Amino acid sequence: MATSYIPLLIILGVSVVNAVGMAVASHVLNPSRPTPQKAMPYESGMIPLGDTRARFSIKFYMVAISFIVFDLEAIFLIPWAVRMRELGWGPFVAVFLFVVVLAVGLAYEWKKGGLEWD
Amino acid sequence: MTPIEPGFWFVAAGAAKVLAVFSIVMVAVAYMTLAERRVSAFIQDRLGPNRVGRFGWLQPIADGIKNILKEETMPGTASRFYFLLGPALAIIPATATFAVIPFAAPLPTPKGAVDMVVADVPVGILYILALSSLAVYGLVLAGWASNNKYAFLGGLRASAQMISYEVALGLSLIAVLMMTGNVTLTEVVRQQQELGLWFVLPLSLAFVFFVVSAFAETNRLPFDMPEAESELITGYHTEYSAMKFSMFFIAEYAHVLTASALMATLFFGGWDVPFWKGDNMFWHDGALIRGFDEAGAPVLAAPSLWITLATLASFAAKTAFFVFLFIWVRWTLPRFRYDQVMHLGWKVMLPAALGYVVLMAGTMLVLAQLGVEFGLRYGLALTGVSGLATLAFFFFLDRDRIVGGAHAKRKFSSGRLASAAASND
Repeated sequence: MATSYIPLLIILGVSVVNAVGMAVASHVLNPSRPTPQKAMPYESGMIPLGDTRARFSIKFYMVAISFIVFDLEAIFLIPWAVRMRELGWGPFVAVFLFVVVLAVGLAYEWKKGGLEWD
Repeated sequence: MTPIEPGFWFVAAGAAKVLAVFSIVMVAVAYMTLAERRVSAFIQDRLGPNRVGRFGWLQPIADGIKNILKEETMPGTASRFYFLLGPALAIIPATATFAVIPFAAPLPTPKGAVDMVVADVPVGILYILALSSLAVYGLVLAGWASNNKYAFLGGLRASAQMISYEVALGLSLIAVLMMTGNVTLTEVVRQQQELGLWFVLPLSLAFVFFVVSAFAETNRLPFDMPEAESELITGYHTEYSAMKFSMFFIAEYAHVLTASALMATLFFGGWDVPFWKGDNMFWHDGALIRGFDEAGAPVLAAPSLWITLATLASFAAKTAFFVFLFIWVRWTLPRFRYDQVMHLGWKVMLPAALGYVVLMAGTMLVLAQLGVEFGLRYGLALTGVSGLATLAFFFFLDRDRIVGGAHAKRKFSSGRLASAAASND
């Protein structure tokens, strides 16, 4: 039923209002006495050296790409999972093959060192 | 009892539930911060905050006032817009996720029975998955916009960790969906009442995966790498102060609360009162019934205010237990190293969860082939298979092989490291 989504919209609206309200309330109420020291990034009391927007490890990209593959897999399994007991063995075999293909992909990534962090 | 008609009263009831649930979540979050400090104090043989009001009862209010009145700082080099957007994006999904979790049996009113869930939408669990993965944007934006190296690393770690464990989380939910044949959480609760067993028994390993992934998703110890104090100051919210810091704090505790409520709902019967059939009720052809008699005719349920209150108390007790578990684990287990976290997610949880889904699907189909009806015997058969899988998981899968400390590396890597260690002596 589409009407059951109405309370969902209300709570999303309340959440947004709450978040904006918190930010605005503290902005209005709090004092502002800026100094050059307060405007400096806090790096354990040291004066920051170098640029933050530097290059970082490629492993984070690898994780993101693997995530897309395997999260999509979980999403693809959901429609089968809810009807699994009615559908019986045929779709089970199909899903099993699908999982095996992805498991081979995972094994390949593992073997190639895509999951290593040290 | 008939359901409330779509129209003015439906929307009014919805708005009332939204306000009630939203305020209860916010108050619960405030007192969870107090509970965390008090429980951690007791675990460490201290007293904890007990000066503001009796037993420190007013401490969260004092903290709130302090946070709203303190000066906020922002690094001069930060990206102003994203710096503001970060905490907002963290807190909005956190406070809205609770909407699809049913928290009590339907309440009878003069206008019809009202479901005790903010929005009983057909997408159910998928809504929770979608909103909880939005939370990662808040953390990454906060870390990036701060223009601080520690915050940046914290944001990166948070994103990689949360997306890694989301895979295992999704796969552990698939086992639950196979049992219920539906994605709405009201149906999950009903199926557990009908089965006569809470899903923690027939799906024990899925529960283990869910708990571990939930801890990683909420960035709680032993998975609090994004804000590891000893390495990253406080990670992605290093540069945030006063109310904006509070917003991250509220978001984290709201996620803990939602995760606890989900554990209670998915695996511990939700609002079901144990060993009591009187609270079984569900919608069938527009009437609230408690089940079917021998001839297959529906038996009408008798909802009442005290049943609603009893089921609400049951739900609250289960959720409170899991909140306590989160705090308890925090003060019991040390923090993982980052490579151990990622190895646990990708090399242990993901393959094991995939195998478990296939195993449970195969078992359910075999049971159907043998003609076992959905009921207690069905549940007990699954409990046996799943219990064996859980034992195998704990005893064979990971004994220091994949997620190990330095000593494990020495033990399992042949030759070079071991001889290097020997020559050092």
